[in-house]
Amino acid sequence: MLRISHISKTFNPGTVNAKLAIDDLSIHVGKGDFITIIGANGAGKSTLFGAISGSFITDSGRIELDGKDITLEPEFKRARSIGRLFQDPMRGSAPGMSIEENLALAAGHGGWLSSVSRADKKMFRERLSLLNMGLEDRMQQPVGLLSGGQRQALTLMMATINPPKLLLLDEHTAALDPATAEKVLELTTQIVDGGKLTCMMVTHNMQTALELGNRTIMMDHGKIIFDVSGEERERLTVADLLEQFKTASGRALDNDRMLLTR
Amino acid sequence: MSFSSILSLGQTALELGLISSLTVLALFLSYSMLNVCDLSTDGCFTLGATVGAVVAIAGHPYLAIPCAMIAGVTSGFVTALLQTKMGIDSLLAGIIVNTALYSVNIAVMGNSSLLNMNKTDTVFTKMKDLLDSTFLAGQYRVIVAMIAVAAVILFLSLFLRTRLGLAIRATGNNPDMVRSSSINPVFTTIVGLCISNSFTALSGCLLAQSQRSVNIDIGSGMVTIALASLLIGNAFLGKGRIPVRAVGAVLGAFLFRVVYTIALRFNMPAFMLKFVSSVIVIIAISGPYLKSQIPLLRRRAENRSGRREEHA
Repeated sequence: MLRISHISKTFNPGTVNAKLAIDDLSIHVGKGDFITIIGANGAGKSTLFGAISGSFITDSGRIELDGKDITLEPEFKRARSIGRLFQDPMRGSAPGMSIEENLALAAGHGGWLSSVSRADKKMFRERLSLLNMGLEDRMQQPVGLLSGGQRQALTLMMATINPPKLLLLDEHTAALDPATAEKVLELTTQIVDGGKLTCMMVTHNMQTALELGNRTIMMDHGKIIFDVSGEERERLTVADLLEQFKTASGRALDNDRMLLTR
Repeated sequence: MSFSSILSLGQTALELGLISSLTVLALFLSYSMLNVCDLSTDGCFTLGATVGAVVAIAGHPYLAIPCAMIAGVTSGFVTALLQTKMGIDSLLAGIIVNTALYSVNIAVMGNSSLLNMNKTDTVFTKMKDLLDSTFLAGQYRVIVAMIAVAAVILFLSLFLRTRLGLAIRATGNNPDMVRSSSINPVFTTIVGLCISNSFTALSGCLLAQSQRSVNIDIGSGMVTIALASLLIGNAFLGKGRIPVRAVGAVLGAFLFRVVYTIALRFNMPAFMLKFVSSVIVIIAISGPYLKSQIPLLRRRAENRSGRREEHA
């Protein structure tokens, strides 16, 4: 589904702040894969997502999605087949517009000059009721009135309302309180499994990284240093993962949030 | 002051308010929806006036309106292109276009800074002929302006509900979201500014035809006046659905004119118009900010007086 070959990206090249954020990275993501990604602060996890979704163009290498070369495609074109969620729940929806309007925008049905159809409204209602948050009765309210958890759940729905070829989740539950985070994560697995979506998820929770999905990769200094799936992954514990990091990178894992979460 | 003179003043305020409310509606789209402060408004207003006047003088009062609007679209397109595709800051793009339009406007008027339309047929004289000897005969100016305003409000209400309209609103409301979505912010900004500038030009065109003359300064200060009107309208009808807010923008333009007309009656010199509009914009924008600072200022003051007591 996604084939990344030898991509690199340096930010602020030629200055004292030059940072090699992605270093000759290659990975192949199969259709239906659910990959969890872990790594220390600044390992390049979010940068990798930025490269895939086109927030910037990589300095070298090639990115192919579903057989199509998207290396130089602008972000808004890739967004038609790539859904992306950020840590900040405020980032994924327009606060001054109603829930219905946000969903209509995400669904993008009809021509530029068509407005929301009755069938769409009904579909939005049904989908929203699956969230179990009572949002289906608040369709005309501005999104700015929703809580962070509700907004992130809505964003998740918006990103998957047209099943994307690839769903990128960048610590999308990290800014939520534990109970809400758990709920949003539950919804995520429900939607990803239900729609058989191909998904990559950055998480700082090692336990989640091993429990969810079918493959886990570990990043450090812009490279993939550990890639595990199948039976080997099933046997893996958090302690093994930490040990693995030490062997692969030669130092202890120092993600400040990781130390606090188990 | 007699009742009839109050009535006639009210009528003037209504007519000027309605005509300038078209510019307010333009800013409603560019400033409130797209979140772009379009500083080319002054020049574009004048462009609409000059283009409309030249076409009307050539004998086509109706054709003057689409011509002025197309000129506005062109101007909006250039402003949008500068800020989306050429890396020029959005405020600067507006200022640059505004400056260039000064020359364009003189050129449109045939190397003159003034055009007279005393003997020209305009949409207003056409309406006057149409309404001759009916009970509406005296209201022809207000009626023309009202038709234009109603058409623009109707258009905006319908347009902002379409997928394109929603995309334009999202571009202004959450640029971060739009940047990582399938909406192309370049496209929505260009469309939004083209439409808003066509309304600004329409506004200029109608003002020129209504006062039967154009001079190069007809649009100067328009952006501040329209912004003041928009913010006044926001204070009354700023919440709710789009049509309500659009009507609020028109109400704001009318109220602004009423206040101005009253101020003139109290011997405020006419040249103070632009000063007053600037003060209104300052109050409307800085007011909420200053209000949010009050608790902090109060705590600081309490702290200071507390320290003084300790010393005593």
